[in-house]
Amino acid sequence: MAVVTIEHLDIVFGDNLAKTLPLMDKGHTRNDILGLTGDVVGVQDANIEVNEGEICVLMGLSGSGKSTLLRAVNGLNKIARGRCLVRDGDEMVDMATCDETKLRHMRTHRVSMVFQSFALMPWLTVLENVAFGLEMQGMGLKERLSKAKEQLDMVGLTQWADKKPDELSGGMRQRVGLARAFAMDTDVLLMDEPFSALDPLIRSQLQDELIELQKRLNKTIIFVSHDLDEALKIGSKIAIMESARIIQQDEPEQIVLNPATEYVEKFVAHTNPLNVLCGSALMTPIAELAKKEARFSVGENLWLALDSGQFQGVYNLEEEVASAQWAPGMPIEQVPANTVVRVDETITMRDAVEIRYHTDRPLVLENAGQCVGILSDHNFYHALLGKHFSRTEVSS
Amino acid sequence: MNWLTDNKIPLGAWMESFVDWLVGSASGFFDLISMVLETMITSMVDSIMWVHPLVVIAIVLVGVWFLHRSIGLLAFITASLLLIINMGYWEETIQTLVLVVSATTFSVIIGVPIGIAAAHRSWLYTMLRPILDLMQTIPTFVYLIPTLILFGLGYVPGLISTVIFAIAAPIRLTYLGVSKVPSELLEAGLAFGCTKSKLLYKVELPAAMPSIMAGITQCIMLSLSMVVVAALVGADGLGKPVIRALNTVNISQGFEAGVAIVLVAIMLDRICKTPSMRKEG
Repeated sequence: MAVVTIEHLDIVFGDNLAKTLPLMDKGHTRNDILGLTGDVVGVQDANIEVNEGEICVLMGLSGSGKSTLLRAVNGLNKIARGRCLVRDGDEMVDMATCDETKLRHMRTHRVSMVFQSFALMPWLTVLENVAFGLEMQGMGLKERLSKAKEQLDMVGLTQWADKKPDELSGGMRQRVGLARAFAMDTDVLLMDEPFSALDPLIRSQLQDELIELQKRLNKTIIFVSHDLDEALKIGSKIAIMESARIIQQDEPEQIVLNPATEYVEKFVAHTNPLNVLCGSALMTPIAELAKKEARFSVGENLWLALDSGQFQGVYNLEEEVASAQWAPGMPIEQVPANTVVRVDETITMRDAVEIRYHTDRPLVLENAGQCVGILSDHNFYHALLGKHFSRTEVSS
Repeated sequence: MNWLTDNKIPLGAWMESFVDWLVGSASGFFDLISMVLETMITSMVDSIMWVHPLVVIAIVLVGVWFLHRSIGLLAFITASLLLIINMGYWEETIQTLVLVVSATTFSVIIGVPIGIAAAHRSWLYTMLRPILDLMQTIPTFVYLIPTLILFGLGYVPGLISTVIFAIAAPIRLTYLGVSKVPSELLEAGLAFGCTKSKLLYKVELPAAMPSIMAGITQCIMLSLSMVVVAALVGADGLGKPVIRALNTVNISQGFEAGVAIVLVAIMLDRICKTPSMRKEG
């Protein structure tokens, strides 16, 4: 069920809309328009649908319009054209056209937000900060403080309730920001680079916490990030933006495997492939293996025998080599050394590398009992160096 | 050159006829204001003077204790006030304090809303800036003359001149405070559903409060610096002995009155350094 639907959305900063919009339609670039009318195009023709329980990550470099698009969803940025529909019970409210009262209702009951710079009120205590939005909902003092306390418990900051935000570390402050947003009990959560200002260790810890919370609370989250690793880790859908446009939106793995443009590719090339890629994306297919006497070469002096596609055994010149099967969840340390391991083709690259590290042998990938390919050192190096990202090589 | 000096533009004459016109057409209005303010100030002074000085000191000390909880400050205030009584300037000090407090109150009541309005509308501040500069730089004596004519001798022209001189501080610092509220706090306020007025009371004003308080403190100090000038147009207070000492070249009287003014200034400054400027906890 779609919770947020954005259709042909344009956002323009400036006062010459009447001139700017036709120029945008004619395909003038952002810089052209800035020169011609003085207006800054924030977002151009954005289309996204975010379903219930999804984490949609808006990715892009700074200035690409990702935060601008995010701010359209709670009406902080004025929408020049198009629609931004947000679910309100059974109806969809268009943030571009709704009136002040409706907008306030949406902000207090449907959409809440977490900020990059935390945006906590320095004169309020931690507890009062968490209760800030509840006050705007019109909740009584006692009720909102007790609810805020619950939220603080959830993020593990109970003892800090009476402190001021500037007495907290960055990670703690963002936990307060999270608690403040979660306290609102809204379906939609907007997160504007919430973890970018934190150091890497705390960042990954908070990412894990967010994933945990999301499992329990099942919110619809729109998350802005400039870090593809973060996007791949938490996102169930990723939209990549470049100079005000969404240039690709897809599932995380598809982004990594099929970057639409060079810009996306540059992003992808800097990610850690261990977390995203799966075996089938890395493997050398059976058909491409060298063949000799009905056996396939899978390594130096190592031959794979198949029986109408099914695994039969692996042999060196003298005898059969030990083989074993591995499935996700099994302890990798217990896989015996010098064994060819058969795994499902959906195995993550991290697991595959670890198995290879233990066995010292290539892996055989299977799909429903059929051998589909092998993973050898060459495949791993290829992925680690980001070579498979290169679209030129794919097309050649 | 001759032509330039011969054809004098009657700037001063224009102003004079304007003031004449004001006196002629609205003297009743100005008399009323003058009467109300004069009564207000004198009755405040009288009611404080009616209480025994030591009782007044005790009340002040209790108030300061609740605000600051500092023994040192209490000791200083006690010593200062006793010294003032000893020098025989108790009544003048009370008069000065009442004048300063009234001028500050008016300045804040008028200045803070103007500052907020200016922070929200950039055109208003563009308009205000030259006026504020003018009010602070134009020599006090220049507008003392028309205020004297309009409001007559006494506290009121002193009060009005003081307000004109001191009001720029709360306006400027309120403007500064409100317009410097971090944009992410405003965004957070809006994102969590503030209305315009909630945004003002729950986000902008608390965020600007240190700056506004600094404006008020400055306003008090500027008001105090006007006591001698106010004495020239008949406002009672610590300025009077200074003027008298100047006219009679009386070093000892001048020094004592000066010491009293300085003591009042330091006391006000220390009391106004409100808890908001102190680190809590």
